[in-house]
Amino acid sequence: MSVEVQKRNPIENFVASAESICELNQNIKLKEIQLLAKNNLLNSQFPTLKTEEWKYTNLKKLLSYDFANSSSMDNVVVSNNEIDKLKSSSFDSHLLVFVNGIFEKELSDYSELSNQIFISTIAEAFESDNELVEKYFSKISMENTAFDFLNLSNFVGGLFIHIPKNVVIEKPIQILNITGNAVDISFSSSRNLIIADENSESTFVQKHVGLKGEIYFNNISTEIYVEKNGILNFYNLQLDNDDSYHFEKTDVIQNRDSQFHHYNFTFGGKLVRNDINAKLDAENIECTLNGLYIANDSQHIDNSTFIDHAKPHSTSNQLYKGILDDSSHGVFAGKILVARDAQLTNAYQNSNTILLSKEAKVDTKPQLEIYADDVKCTHGATVGQLDESALFYILSRGIPREKAKSMLIAAFAESVLSDLKIDALKIEISHLIFEHLNRDEIL
Amino acid sequence: MISIKNLKAEIDNKEILRGLDLQVNAGEVHAIMGPNGSGKSTLANVLTGNENYEVTSGEVTFNGKNLLNLAPEDRAREGLFLGFQYPVEIPGVSNAMFLQTAINEIRKYNNQEEITPKEFLARMKEKAKVVGMDSSLISRSVNTGFSGGEKKKNEIFQLLMLNPKLAILDETDSGLDIDALRTVSQGVNEFKNKDNAVILVTHYQRLLDYIIPDFIHVLYNGKIIKSGGKELALELEEKGYDWITKGEK
Repeated sequence: MSVEVQKRNPIENFVASAESICELNQNIKLKEIQLLAKNNLLNSQFPTLKTEEWKYTNLKKLLSYDFANSSSMDNVVVSNNEIDKLKSSSFDSHLLVFVNGIFEKELSDYSELSNQIFISTIAEAFESDNELVEKYFSKISMENTAFDFLNLSNFVGGLFIHIPKNVVIEKPIQILNITGNAVDISFSSSRNLIIADENSESTFVQKHVGLKGEIYFNNISTEIYVEKNGILNFYNLQLDNDDSYHFEKTDVIQNRDSQFHHYNFTFGGKLVRNDINAKLDAENIECTLNGLYIANDSQHIDNSTFIDHAKPHSTSNQLYKGILDDSSHGVFAGKILVARDAQLTNAYQNSNTILLSKEAKVDTKPQLEIYADDVKCTHGATVGQLDESALFYILSRGIPREKAKSMLIAAFAESVLSDLKIDALKIEISHLIFEHLNRDEIL
Repeated sequence: MISIKNLKAEIDNKEILRGLDLQVNAGEVHAIMGPNGSGKSTLANVLTGNENYEVTSGEVTFNGKNLLNLAPEDRAREGLFLGFQYPVEIPGVSNAMFLQTAINEIRKYNNQEEITPKEFLARMKEKAKVVGMDSSLISRSVNTGFSGGEKKKNEIFQLLMLNPKLAILDETDSGLDIDALRTVSQGVNEFKNKDNAVILVTHYQRLLDYIIPDFIHVLYNGKIIKSGGKELALELEEKGYDWITKGEK
């Protein structure tokens, strides 16, 4: 006689929560989208180590938790005082606050901004039959995984941001994404849609922080359109709790003559997975996907990028740098696709990693698929310790070993930080690097 | 100042220095010359404590202390300075911050007060002028994007800022045009006085037209095989090394 053991399917838990969200949905169109996502979720599976794109990232532990949707819980109260502590205040910004994936108008501060651009929740935009939201919402997804369906079926309070034609926003827009719930182990699905219209220019600073020390699971999706001749800078700071799981997907479609510069900084989180996908869908586009990740203890940080050069005459730059200490694990998988008629493409990719301990490790996987014949594509990856000859040079000036190491760490991070448009943010990130590595910063 | 006795050192199990003796006193300038691969740079690196080299025997006494027992940073704090053949770029760390940290670490070791910002700035200005360095270079990252000549000038600038007791200059003159060579030499001449000493490691006699050495040593096969006064340089220039190295193996 064999006893049949009922295998627990982690999808079911999330499907159940999607069902209750769909039920509450007021808008028919949005409800339809979310119901479809829920059904897709039901029929999908979370990736395993056998899935090529996930072969370095083990999800077993994550999927062993019974996460509850944070939106179904009692609202977590965050005071203005706490906001002041959590937000970046070293530079002047418009502030948009999310708590557990839901936009909190009362905690935000963007009155000046709302005169310049259109901001509403996605639900409100559907409610008012906004044509743009109907046309663009949830349309980008270049590949759909269980995480995409999970996000789409479970999101509640994301934002639709439309920066109209010719609008230049001088001050950065700060998106403060706070997660935390003291009562339960929760997950939240934050989802935003940003359309940067023709000739517009804007800079976003998105900051993910944990409220207290809870275990949580963030599953975030951002869809971005940069229209003709538009410029959008997106600086993403992941400062999650030590025990949290952070999954974030950013999908971008760029139109001709546009620029998109994405900088991803990962410091926090037990397990972090970033998927950043850009489609360069016209000519003369500039796209930057840069990143810096610093990990210690047993942190696992997986960065996966995909740049799709669909048309000729565009340039993409990727530079991902990691500093890994203790028994942390880093992954960088960067894919570049150059379509057959994307002639005269320039695509550069670089990944550099410093291992500060013997137990730390990194896996890098560059992947170039080039179908055009007149292109410039390069990729390179280095993994090593701090440069011994540089260390000796500094020591030989009387500077102690620990300070010398800090100098070399600052030097290593510099090439990612140097192009940020906000000086105060550079300083803030530099502090974070040293704080996270438990080292004295050289000032 | 420094006394080197029967120094033997190797890198990757290959013996480079094979019993080197050298005595340098305060107020002296010594030039060490010799063909490629004779061990000149090894000597400079061993003295400053580069861990890639292993000292297998011999003694080095620096101002009464056993130099070989000291960590590289402590050698610097005791007053030893190496002008690097290939100075290293350190992006994100400004020259000013780098030097202020170095000066204060050296002062701390010697139980001296930290340098005041005002004093530091004044010194920066004064010394930068000596080596013809633009003040913008000072706020720039250490050697980052510097030309070869600028890097060498920066080594001499650091020498003047740190004001050590013994300066070992490893091919500081290589790859310089005549103007840069003059500037670098001027910096070294400005540095030297009766209380300190300089060891010039060089390939070229040309440097010695600008910095007049008291002694010249020929290093060959890991040993000093001939020493003499400044006139030895001219002889080497004329006849090369063969007449000395003949019979040496």
